[in-house]
Amino acid sequence: MKQFQYLKAATQQGAIEAINKPGTKIIAGGTNLVDLMKRGVTAPDKLVDITHLPLKNIAATKTGLHIGALALNSTVSENGLVVAKQPLLAMALKAGASPQLRNMATVGGNLMQRTRCTYFYDTTMPCNKREPGTGCGAMEGYNRMHAIFGASPQCIAVNPSDMCVGLAALDAVVIVAGKKGERRIPINEFHRLPDDHPELDNHLAKDELIIGVEIPDNNFAKNSYYLKVRDRQSYAFALVSVAAGLDINGGTIRQARLAMGGVAHKPWRLFEAEKFLAGKPASEENFKQAAQIAMQGAKAYQYNSFKLKLAPASIVEALKHASGLV
Amino acid sequence: MKDKIVHSDTEAGSDVKDNSRRNFLKQSALITAVALTPGVAVKAAESHVDERIAEAFEKMPLKMEVNGVAKTLMVEPRATLLDILREQLDLTGTKKGCDHGQCGACTVHIDGHRVNSCLTLGIMVNGKKVTTIEGLAKGENLHPMQEAFLKHDGFQCGYCTPGQIMSAVACIREGHANSELEIREYMSGNICRCGAYPNIVNAIQEVKEGGMPV
Repeated sequence: MKQFQYLKAATQQGAIEAINKPGTKIIAGGTNLVDLMKRGVTAPDKLVDITHLPLKNIAATKTGLHIGALALNSTVSENGLVVAKQPLLAMALKAGASPQLRNMATVGGNLMQRTRCTYFYDTTMPCNKREPGTGCGAMEGYNRMHAIFGASPQCIAVNPSDMCVGLAALDAVVIVAGKKGERRIPINEFHRLPDDHPELDNHLAKDELIIGVEIPDNNFAKNSYYLKVRDRQSYAFALVSVAAGLDINGGTIRQARLAMGGVAHKPWRLFEAEKFLAGKPASEENFKQAAQIAMQGAKAYQYNSFKLKLAPASIVEALKHASGLV
Repeated sequence: MKDKIVHSDTEAGSDVKDNSRRNFLKQSALITAVALTPGVAVKAAESHVDERIAEAFEKMPLKMEVNGVAKTLMVEPRATLLDILREQLDLTGTKKGCDHGQCGACTVHIDGHRVNSCLTLGIMVNGKKVTTIEGLAKGENLHPMQEAFLKHDGFQCGYCTPGQIMSAVACIREGHANSELEIREYMSGNICRCGAYPNIVNAIQEVKEGGMPV
């Protein structure tokens, strides 16, 4: 690992000033960043440790739930308020990583998690995300884990987070602080598609620091489910995952929320399928139709065409669990 | 300048030794340090070969409690807790498996919570309490989890065992050892290539059901 200067941020303002300088990165849990630094994928000159900032609180607000950026993934997943009000988020968090990693990883760090595309990690391979302009190794390579939605000729990597898929389904808002003050970014506008700039994972400005997320109150708690399909039963990245939240009244769906992981450069929200389900009975037939709608526009590559079948089947399965049909 | 660095008085010797990875890393580190250090130090480094001069500018103080003993060290910011435990404190019970947070062999407790020490920068543990496998036994008396691993053959080659045991203790303390299924899920961060999983689960269940304090 390249030598770097270690700085400890005493205040939020100090951290914001520090990150605006070139070659500087924020460190919190370090589970992703230290790994990338060991592999030479990233080599910052300065690391700013923000773990001492008071951003760990989890509290109910008038309109929802506030979770500090430095709250640990394990803490959030077991927090009483989260489990009662937003069980979908707790389920998504528990599906991610291992207990040890969840004890280190923070909410802010999880939002900033980079892709696990093997061509991004392997510094001997071309990768437009790691080194813009070098090409995409995955496009013609072993692309079994890769995107089926929203990819570009420059990049077919997927976002690896489970937490973010849960947050996407729950209409979370990312709260960031910068030199000009605070800004609220809806989760669906936080991460970006690769387009011509796969090196950019999100819309966070260089001088901005994530300070928390907010989840608006909803009626999905009773009918929520996070389904993660992976190569082994636990501790693996998703081939496909589905976050489903339903507001059901007397067998009829009032509102639905659906998001998928493992299929795109960002958590993939299924707006059209949600619209289809609103006002319809919670039945397997309707779930199947919603899944077909969700798959419109999907495009597979050489080794990931199985996702074209796995994804709709997973949507149906998640909806059946969420609605209590299973 | 390069030649001078190679023949440091601490690692002078054969060509083989000079070309070792360790020396290469030390050279790289010195070059970086020289670029960042004030003129006096540059002059010292140029006129004298001692890489310890460079180290003095690279290292930072780290105070932590390891297995109940206060430790004060000088560490490079890039040194992981795992490497500090093994290389500087000679606590080699904690194992380096994958070194990328994928296998769990390096699991230790920081302030009572299990973490991967390979992805933890040592400098960020400043002021905290670390427990390693060496800190579980009380004198000659093994920890109940260590006894249970012996009784149930919870290992074959033994390389993953320190991490398994640290994780197993945490698993019970966290309240995640209530069924075989739950134990398997909450032990999934510790890989055993010998496949001793059934016996590891048995060991954890026995300790859990025995109700002994862990």
